Amino acid sequence: MKKENFIWSSIKVGLLAGAIGIFLSLVGMVEVFNKRDVVEKVISLGMFLLLAISMIAGFIASRRTSDLLGGNQAGSNLLAGTLAGLFTGITLALFVLASDQLNLRAIFLNATPTLSGLLTFGRGSGGLWMLPVLGAGTGLAGGAFLLLPLLVRRPITHAIMVIIFSALFSSLFRVIMVNQGGGIEKAAKAIFSQTGLTINGALVFIFGTLFISILWSSQGAKVQNRVDRLPAKGKLSLRVFSILLIAYVAIMLPQAAGPFIAQVIVIISLYILMGLGLNIEIGFAGLLDLGFVAFYAIGAYTVGLLTSYGEYGLQHVSFWVAVPIAVLISMMFGGILGVPVLGVRGDYLAIATLGFGEIVRLLAGSDFMAPYLGGPRGIIGIQKPCIGTLGEFIAVDIPRVCNGIELSKPQDIYYVAIASALLIAFFSWRLRESRLGRAWMAIREDEDVAEALGIKLVQAKLLAYMLGAAFAGLGGAIFATLVGSIFATSMQLIVSINVVALIIVGGMGSIPGVVVGALALIGLPELLREVSEFRFLLYGMALIAVMLAKPEGLWPSQTISRELHHDEAADATS
Amino acid sequence: MTTPILTAKKVIKRFGGLVAVNSVDFEIPEKSIVSIIGPNGAGKTTFFNCITGFNKADEGTITFEGSDIQNLRPDQITRHGISRTYQNIRLFANMTALENILVGQHKFLHSSWISAILRTKSMLAEEKGALDEAQRLLNFVDLKRKGDLLARNLSYGEQRRLEIARALATRPKLLLLDEPSAGMNPRETEDLTSFIRKLRDELGIAILLIEHHMRVVMGISEFITVLDYGEKIAEGTPKEIQSNTRVIEAYLGRGAATEGMDTAHERFSNKKS
Repeated sequence: MKKENFIWSSIKVGLLAGAIGIFLSLVGMVEVFNKRDVVEKVISLGMFLLLAISMIAGFIASRRTSDLLGGNQAGSNLLAGTLAGLFTGITLALFVLASDQLNLRAIFLNATPTLSGLLTFGRGSGGLWMLPVLGAGTGLAGGAFLLLPLLVRRPITHAIMVIIFSALFSSLFRVIMVNQGGGIEKAAKAIFSQTGLTINGALVFIFGTLFISILWSSQGAKVQNRVDRLPAKGKLSLRVFSILLIAYVAIMLPQAAGPFIAQVIVIISLYILMGLGLNIEIGFAGLLDLGFVAFYAIGAYTVGLLTSYGEYGLQHVSFWVAVPIAVLISMMFGGILGVPVLGVRGDYLAIATLGFGEIVRLLAGSDFMAPYLGGPRGIIGIQKPCIGTLGEFIAVDIPRVCNGIELSKPQDIYYVAIASALLIAFFSWRLRESRLGRAWMAIREDEDVAEALGIKLVQAKLLAYMLGAAFAGLGGAIFATLVGSIFATSMQLIVSINVVALIIVGGMGSIPGVVVGALALIGLPELLREVSEFRFLLYGMALIAVMLAKPEGLWPSQTISRELHHDEAADATS
Repeated sequence: MTTPILTAKKVIKRFGGLVAVNSVDFEIPEKSIVSIIGPNGAGKTTFFNCITGFNKADEGTITFEGSDIQNLRPDQITRHGISRTYQNIRLFANMTALENILVGQHKFLHSSWISAILRTKSMLAEEKGALDEAQRLLNFVDLKRKGDLLARNLSYGEQRRLEIARALATRPKLLLLDEPSAGMNPRETEDLTSFIRKLRDELGIAILLIEHHMRVVMGISEFITVLDYGEKIAEGTPKEIQSNTRVIEAYLGRGAATEGMDTAHERFSNKKS
């Protein structure tokens, strides 16, 4: 009876994994990923994706078997893994057969001949048998993986992760290293190919990781111990050293990495700014705001109007003067919006703010406002910041001449963006550790009780709104300067949704969580062109995965970790 | 009777067709312990909510220390010096015990968001004072070492005490306790009774209780008001109430007036559970 159970459950896992494989093929992910390599001439990213699915299926089937049988039984585990992998392969093979026989392409745009060619390894229907066989093989490997002792398993996991990571970002590393010239350039060319890792590179990474991982698991505890036993002074200097190292890397990075990466980091920083702003509303005070992009737009347009030397520029003050004004105006609009909508609660607030965001975008792009905001043509010719004479700090002549250093390239704006993000993170932290932070948290927890304890609800919420708006306005202001022009079309609802998503993934109310969320949800798609095509699919998957596996977020706020810590402590004493 | 700290006159509260509180006159003398009792659904908590501003009374007046608090928001009423606890504990579950009390002190703290960012001297001094006061209150309710625990990780009795400490942090002149002994065992109930007395004696505040445990009510109340179907059916000292036939009828129905209140209550609570 039990035996049947585990066989049937393995088959189910396999069928499910096959369905996931078919889904990813049909949305075009496999084909797009196939253009990238994990290891050149050995395995492409698309193939790797499918093999990983069957391997994971094998692993899960094997683990479920252990659960069903109440322990590992090598034979059953391996059988379960193989079965799961086999059925993954069979499902995919059936899919290839079906797409050859029926004209699936009429419905599914991505069911191209290329895809079936890819799934049969270029051998047409003659290669169909390979899918089940490969599936069974990887499934078996996945199943066997569970049986390995942790000491073996961990280095292998690390090696696989490092390989994927370095392959995904190979072009990035390659660019950085090639920019250095000399020996580093040669090394880059030996390790990275145009599309992924070279065979040599892969071997270097695999053995390097295995070596380090094994070394760490045998020696790591000792090193940890020694660090712990350092005198306070030693710890401090270690800390100062690591901060200096990070600062050095942060300062040198844009010069080494070039404009593209600098621009990506600027965009991440802007999302961090917005994330920190929205975090005050959602994370601290529990006010769901779906129209956050409005304040971003207001910040951007203010800077545009104040500094543009195009036809819509009202003034020609410098960036340094325009930014504080933009922040103040965003804050003011936060107040104007806040007064009418903050009376409503929860879901209704989300809808009201959603409407506000759309109104701002539509107004900015409308014919009605076109004489002032340029309508669909937007505002162009926004000045770059200039560090020069005192006069240039305040206002500039037209035509624009900067006698000092002009921060015109993304590499230069990078510093402004990073500094702003750091400053705002610091502000957020200070605010949270004050009576206002406590009042916001109290409102989030129980609005009625908070009010009964003497907190003026409207005032506290309004402040959260205005500060959130101010942070977003700062983000918008930097964005306008980075791009040099603004259009109403860049103020889409999706920006607001991105910000909400990164807060949820990072961890509500957590300041480092915002950074992690922005890196994962904004940084990855920006860096990986292949991924950005499936941005929303991956968003959805990431959100579901986080909600299921780590509902408190990737880097949860102190309160929650404090609680977890307390639970551990309680377990230890009991 | 000394001068009343709170006076309610002809208070009426309707929910649609239901009259939850019907023309109730009520007084709380300064520094006294007063109880409201009555069967479930008698309008006790609604009356509480009218006093604290959670509900607005439809008719009648409520004055506190001579000023009308009828149309004020809950936070304004708290600023006048009324504070409360809740029938179902309503702590800020994901905040620490200390933070819960600090929120209670909100009305005494005035530093702006700018001084919070800059950590000005006055802001730091204010925070320090608030922390000391919060720790003092924690000690007062016997939660000395529990300040850093999340409120939801405290035991039931500790949560009850923390809720009282949080209410005390607003430095009330009148404290409203909504069924403080609910869910407590006899031992804890006894501790609570002496704790309530200590509150009044040491802090000199008036206390209004809603309570089902007759032992607690009869033990500490100076005056008792009995509500039934939103109407005041009796008031007086514990002795007077215990022998009041209308009260016994309200609890047990006609014909039961000969039984003592305590047994009456026991039956009542058995029926409830």
